[in-house]
Amino acid sequence: MNSALINLAYLAASVLFILGIKGLTHPRTAVRGNLYGAAGMLLAMVATLASGEVFGSGLQGLGVILAGVVVGGGIGLALALKIEMTAMPQMVALLNGFGGGASVFVAGAALFDAADPTTQMTVATVASGLIGGVTFFGSLVAFDKLQELVLPGKPIHFPGQQAVNSLIGLAALVVGYMIVDDPSATGLYWVLVALASVGGLLLTIPIGGADMPVAIALLNSYSGLAAASTGFVLNNNALIITGSLVGASGLILTRIMCKAMNRSLANVLTGAIGPEAVGGASADEVYAGKVKSSSPEEVAMLLDGARRVVIVPGYGLAVSQAQHAVCELADLLESKGTEVEFAIHPVAGRMPGHMNVLLAEADVAYDKLREMDDINPTFPQTDVAIVIGANDVVNPVANTDPSSPIAGMPILEVDKARTAVVIKRSLSPGFAGIPNPLFAADNTLMLFSDGKKAILDLIAAVKEA
Amino acid sequence: MDAFIPLLTIFMLAVFVGFEIITKVPPLLHTPLMSGSNAISGITIIGAMIAAATPSTFTTVLGFAALVLAATNVVGGFLVTHRMLAMFQKKD
Repeated sequence: MNSALINLAYLAASVLFILGIKGLTHPRTAVRGNLYGAAGMLLAMVATLASGEVFGSGLQGLGVILAGVVVGGGIGLALALKIEMTAMPQMVALLNGFGGGASVFVAGAALFDAADPTTQMTVATVASGLIGGVTFFGSLVAFDKLQELVLPGKPIHFPGQQAVNSLIGLAALVVGYMIVDDPSATGLYWVLVALASVGGLLLTIPIGGADMPVAIALLNSYSGLAAASTGFVLNNNALIITGSLVGASGLILTRIMCKAMNRSLANVLTGAIGPEAVGGASADEVYAGKVKSSSPEEVAMLLDGARRVVIVPGYGLAVSQAQHAVCELADLLESKGTEVEFAIHPVAGRMPGHMNVLLAEADVAYDKLREMDDINPTFPQTDVAIVIGANDVVNPVANTDPSSPIAGMPILEVDKARTAVVIKRSLSPGFAGIPNPLFAADNTLMLFSDGKKAILDLIAAVKEA
Repeated sequence: MDAFIPLLTIFMLAVFVGFEIITKVPPLLHTPLMSGSNAISGITIIGAMIAAATPSTFTTVLGFAALVLAATNVVGGFLVTHRMLAMFQKKD
């Protein structure tokens, strides 16, 4: 197949990818959009197979390709079918990393294969190696933290961290310059990748659990930029267009997540929030004598007379796998004529949109999942707000105490509901490490229990009432 | 430089297209957006195929490694996105 035809096929694939993302602007068109994307990928792969570089290379090359696609495809298939919806952040972290890793290898192979590389190619190769290496190891650390395998979910700090990071960054730049200066020194490429890998590791370990949505979105963006950069290595438009789409997507999500926490990206990346940043009242001052512990029966009585109930899910919902139980409770209340909606904070969970996916899995209709700005004005007309597994995103201190570490963070104004019911195991603080006056408010009832068990008890109590 | 400018043009325009359409994706679908963009960033697979077909054993090995990673992204990404999106369709 001649190269004009192949480039046309790449163009068609890029258009299909853009249409695919466009489909994601509404749940009704989203499935079709994803299929457009898959069709675009198939087209690009078939065109590449038919190209002189690949098809002309003989049977051995085709065999290697077949083997690689079968192995990778098999891993992808197993992951996609087996993964729990609660573990979706881990899956995306892993895929981010794989994207970065693939770019590292492709750019490396192109550099080794090139007889007389241009400056564009060597600079782009250095960029691919750097971004790809950071993405690969950064994502593996993110995956590890989310899965809680080796590293703790908490931020990790050590003395001189910033200095070490700067030093590694500087070293990577020097090595990068040396590769551009003398591309025949191909061994240096792996030194660069090694430096980038250590950099990725060090950049991700100070990021704590609740900041993971930002880290994952940012790594998503990096994996796109690595692909775009590899496009400059290979002079390939399809890689450039697709990589920049993904890069833009990750960047937009990163910005949304930072805004939803009222923190700068730099602040999230250095993991500056934490128990050491506490200002304001201590837990004893906030809670002493004011916390009211309730029972499922008491809450069921409240729910019995309620006209409007809003459920506020947080990461605790995912941890206790309570999404199906919560949906059952919502259905039960609706069958008694109560209006039930869900309030979703942008950073609830461990990745953008995490709560929406869990509730969709449990068959909650998507028009019941309301965004923060939409639902906040309705809390004063809400009889009961049920908070399950959320803490910092419903802490009124964000609006009232300018010295608090979460000051200015937009919150779900659960405290404005007539009654707030908070399901929680204990009064332990959330990620920000500060007490939550909502738990001690006059109109708040605490239901101390595991999330899923509490909801199941509530369902039983409502049925009896 | 002559080859670089057109590529840079395409890159810049694609970034703008990306910003325009992705800001319209509702927060409801942000997780599928991420897994879907993982899938399409698996486009690196075409570079991996070219590398795997080179005569040198070393670059073939690199190409194979890239192929495995990129194919995982493509198949895993599209499939898991489909799984999620199908759940959003059930109750319409």
